[in-house]
Amino acid sequence: MTVLVTGASGLLGGAVARALVARGDDVRTLQRRPSGVAGTTDVTGSLTDPAAVARAVDGADAVVHLAAKVSLAGEPGAFDAVNVEGTRTLLDAAERSGVARFVQVSSPSVAHAGSSLVGVGADPADPARARGDYARTKAAAELLALGRDAAAHGPRVVAVRPHLVWGPGDTQLVERVVDRARRGTLPLLGHGAALIDTIYVNNAADGIVAALDRLADAPDVVGGNAYVLTNGEPRTVADLLAGICRAAGVEPPRRRVPAAAARAAGGLVEAVWRVRPGADEPPMTRFLAEQLSTAHWFDQRATRADLRWTPSVSVDEGMRRLAEHYGGAAQGPRG
Amino acid sequence: MTGPATRPGTDAVTRDADTVPPGLPGLDPRYSHVLAVPDESSGAGGTTGWHYLDNRADLAARGVTPVGTVLAVHGNPTWSYLWRDLVRTAADAGWRVVAVDQPEMGLSARTGARRTLADRVADLGAFTDTLGLSGADAGPVVTLGHDWGGVVSLGWATRHPDLLAGVALLNTAVHHGDDDPIPAPLRLALAGPVHRLGTSTTRAFLDTTLALAHPRLPDDVVQAYRLPYRTAAARAGIEQFVADIPARPDHPSRPELDRVAAGVAALDVPALLLWGPRDPIFSDRYLDDLVHRLPQARVHRFAGAGHLLAEDVDWAPALLRWLRSSVVGSLSPSGALSPEGSAPSRTDAFTGPGGPSTSGLTSVREAPDPSGSCTGSASSVSSAAPGSGGASAPSASSPTFVPIWAGLDGRADDGGPAVLDMSEAGRARGQEYLTVSWRALDRQVRRIAAGLHGIGVRHGDRVSLLVEPGPTLTALVYACLRIGAVVVVADAGLGARGMTRAQRGAWPRFVIAQRKGLAAARALGWPGVRISADPLPGAVRRALGVTHELVDVARAGEGVALPAEPGPDDEAAVLFTSGSTGPAKGVVYTHAQLAALRDALSGHFDVGPETGLVTGFAPFALLGPALGTRSVTPVMDVSAPRTLTARAVADAVRASDARIVFLSPAAILNVVATADELDPGDRAALARVRTFLSTGAPISADLLGLAADLMPAATAHTPYGMTECLLVTDITLDGVRAAASRPDDGVCVGRPVAGGEVLVSALDADGAATGDPSDAPGMLGEVLVRAGHLKERYDRLWLTDVAAERDTPPGRWHRTGDVGHLDGGGRLWIEGRLAHVLTTADGPLAPVGPEQHVERVPGVRRAAVVGVGPAGRQQAVAVVEPVTSRRAAPRGASPARRPGLAPHDLADAVRAASPVPLAAVLVAPQMPTDVRHNSKIDRARLAAWADGILAGGRVSAP
Repeated sequence: MTVLVTGASGLLGGAVARALVARGDDVRTLQRRPSGVAGTTDVTGSLTDPAAVARAVDGADAVVHLAAKVSLAGEPGAFDAVNVEGTRTLLDAAERSGVARFVQVSSPSVAHAGSSLVGVGADPADPARARGDYARTKAAAELLALGRDAAAHGPRVVAVRPHLVWGPGDTQLVERVVDRARRGTLPLLGHGAALIDTIYVNNAADGIVAALDRLADAPDVVGGNAYVLTNGEPRTVADLLAGICRAAGVEPPRRRVPAAAARAAGGLVEAVWRVRPGADEPPMTRFLAEQLSTAHWFDQRATRADLRWTPSVSVDEGMRRLAEHYGGAAQGPRG
Repeated sequence: MTGPATRPGTDAVTRDADTVPPGLPGLDPRYSHVLAVPDESSGAGGTTGWHYLDNRADLAARGVTPVGTVLAVHGNPTWSYLWRDLVRTAADAGWRVVAVDQPEMGLSARTGARRTLADRVADLGAFTDTLGLSGADAGPVVTLGHDWGGVVSLGWATRHPDLLAGVALLNTAVHHGDDDPIPAPLRLALAGPVHRLGTSTTRAFLDTTLALAHPRLPDDVVQAYRLPYRTAAARAGIEQFVADIPARPDHPSRPELDRVAAGVAALDVPALLLWGPRDPIFSDRYLDDLVHRLPQARVHRFAGAGHLLAEDVDWAPALLRWLRSSVVGSLSPSGALSPEGSAPSRTDAFTGPGGPSTSGLTSVREAPDPSGSCTGSASSVSSAAPGSGGASAPSASSPTFVPIWAGLDGRADDGGPAVLDMSEAGRARGQEYLTVSWRALDRQVRRIAAGLHGIGVRHGDRVSLLVEPGPTLTALVYACLRIGAVVVVADAGLGARGMTRAQRGAWPRFVIAQRKGLAAARALGWPGVRISADPLPGAVRRALGVTHELVDVARAGEGVALPAEPGPDDEAAVLFTSGSTGPAKGVVYTHAQLAALRDALSGHFDVGPETGLVTGFAPFALLGPALGTRSVTPVMDVSAPRTLTARAVADAVRASDARIVFLSPAAILNVVATADELDPGDRAALARVRTFLSTGAPISADLLGLAADLMPAATAHTPYGMTECLLVTDITLDGVRAAASRPDDGVCVGRPVAGGEVLVSALDADGAATGDPSDAPGMLGEVLVRAGHLKERYDRLWLTDVAAERDTPPGRWHRTGDVGHLDGGGRLWIEGRLAHVLTTADGPLAPVGPEQHVERVPGVRRAAVVGVGPAGRQQAVAVVEPVTSRRAAPRGASPARRPGLAPHDLADAVRAASPVPLAAVLVAPQMPTDVRHNSKIDRARLAAWADGILAGGRVSAP
């Protein structure tokens, strides 16, 4: 089977590409720089370039679409161009070249606003309610992709929404936490007691591959659906941050910032960053403040039953692997 | 049929009946009809338009011939809208519902006529005649009424005995004693100018009634209730109805009310009383009156609900359940009516005088007794069997019923000690300790019994006993039981609010109390004629509203013959649960069940006339006379078991030469802590103890072992039971140690005692106990118990009874609400409460097993495992109480650790110890626990607390 993986230069995209290569699939990748994954055929280019997209899709049986603009701030138009229009371009190309299966990798944030999420399922994506440009455009993209499921000549489509992917080599979550902890600028928001679901990177990759396979085996079960992917082991924010810090051999955060203050600061920072484009990502956004001070954990029963998938790496085991990655720091969690 | 659509001008005194407009919440206009009914009360030959709700179209649509008709009558100032839930749902159960608006009320016509109660009853008869409900070929009718509509419905019921198949009532009254004060809100409403202003000119009476709903009514429902009462003229009926309340003996409606009240007592149809106790008008006083008039009634008091019960709770399913279970069964196939017997059908299984000729005691002792020396106790009780009274009816529940006082009767000529009281109370009388001989106790019981009868305490009357344990309480209990009065026992551990709830719920007619109890009864408005257990100065007597003093009562009973003895199936006692799992519930025991409890204890623990009992847990002292053996209360504050010392136990053993010691866990803790004070003589006395018992709450094997070391010849037991069945299983210290060598999830409580049985109903994925009751080993489920000494029922909690007996095997079984499993050896392991079971994505999880692992972590004093998140996908969370908190933080000081997330090292250790994944580990410096035992952790409260914190909420103390 020939599978196109977009965004394979990222942590999760790379893991998906490696998993597919490992089991013998022909893997092609599409992203702006080489994927760095051995055994793949890289097509370098942007989703906003229809010619590059057509070249990448041509001859593929299936597409796993991970490429997206994921940062927490930036020009709204840039998010739309990559996340919505790029997905449309990819879907169009897939339809034209007869791709049979399409896995849209999405995010739980497409369905939920800032309130706390406790054991909820995968509600429909809603761009109007989603907070921030990333979530808004990912919601639109998911609706677009799922709307193409079972079209006359198009592929079957499933959406999966991994929540807070982490693991060795992760620049999005782990590196930021470790960095800030090292510089002493990592506070706990509120009491750090909100329960958060996360997913270890290999589990997320396995889940995506499982979705791809179920689209072949049971298209009428999973086609058109969205599934949240998590480890099914929610932990408190404090536990997670401390676990990551200990794995990396840095001091866990002790300073506390009231959650409401963080949210307010996030809003202010977002506003300031908006008028000075081109700078680095803001240190705090309202979205991030909400993510780190309210509960976000999910009902995994439908995901596990429909995808016939369960995570194989526990949170504790993941932390151990993270500690190994950071040079076998002895402070990894027990158990 | 639809009514005229005309709406008279708002100022008209009269108006025609009308149907309901569309859009009222919960009421489809198609149920609404109008019927012209010939005037009965006016006699003028005209007609009055009645509005009523009728679901017959639903029945016709289903092609169903109704089982019968529910005739529903609203009160004042509501209308048939009150019954909408029943109207909407009854057709599914095959019942027709006709819910009228009384004339001058609701959407029925305003004629300007004044109607007395007799008129209203006659009017309703005319309505049912016209509608064909009370014709020759009419089907059976069940009346349903609320408020003063209850009286009208009962008036109809007593005038249509041939049609009547049952009566159901929500908060109402048929009798008001002339000496009793009128409820304050009504007194105000009846007071001259206030009356008209409150009831008709303004909407005050209407709005006040609507405001009685708990929780508050939604605005659209309030508007629906107000709909027929928008103008002063439209409210004239409310005013008249209030004016017609026969509050005084000379009221024109009083003769009809008295006729109805008498007629109700003669009804032998099934009855249902659904009650909201938070009713300022129809208080529990009136429920008690109705229960006495309708002893066959199923009764349910909905805690927290009030006057507008039909709005406060989901009552219609309860009514439909009663129709199915009580009414349908009493209808013969031909449709003719046969009365429901008041004796429960369950007794059928026990009938037959041709049972074993052995005593009830030996008949339950089928299992081999390892001690092999129990025949003495059996013969002692059965030899005392022929009671002196001889008036006892033949038992329906036991082949040879031996009343609970037989042990006392049997030793009536014995000058030896029956009760030794070494407690503070006993010693206060200037002696080393107080001794009461069998002869004196028997005489005192007879004097009090006859004296109580003399002041009007009758068979079936409830008597609340608020007296400290000791010889007086013992005599009172046996005296009440002897004359068929029902003793109500609620312990002070319930707190003032819990005690008030218990006293109002049981509604005793008499209360016998010491000064503290009398003061509480007075201050908190507890019901019952007050009898002081101790002599009081006249001023205090008057201040506390005391009617009698026990000393006078007993003196008046001297030499007076006793009334007939109660039978085995008569109620004997109402005991209250601890309230650790919701509001305390009254548990009703019959005489046969108390006798069976005595026999179970006597047989299992091998109690004989000479064994004696040391009772370090005061309630056990009450059992001595029933068991026919002397009991001794050691030096201690009987209300505080933790004041018992090792020396006090040794003294008590020496003084009484007792072989059996009953203790509570709190007492054992202190006995072990004070063991250093024992001298060789004390130790020698304790070495004579043969059996020693810890009961009331779980106890660790270590603590039990330390206590057993002080009584080296004794077998230590720790039985498992509950207020509903005080002795279910038992395990010895050796058994506990054997169980510890092969650990399993939960606490091993041993095997059922002889005559008891245990089954388990497996839990489903939602944590509900839906499995067929089974004795299969290793299956987690709700524990079901059966025994001769199982309770009769809960008190005035029929729906709770139904839930406790749901899907149980034939015979008298009880769902305990505990969860656990049986092992391959038939031993029961308790793993928590059903209400505390977590429902994770992997299935139900009982908390105690994981908690035991967590409690082995150094630094953890106790632990609770609770679920957070929605049912079916909960995450397990451990809440731990650190060992240091209590010692480091004496009373009043701030706890050593703050509530919230556990430190990382503790969390890691707890996770490592837990057999189940834990989403979080929290610290609670002080676990919320029950008042009675301070050991039952309130996991529901902890779960809610954890839920809030882990959702990102504020961190407070649980």
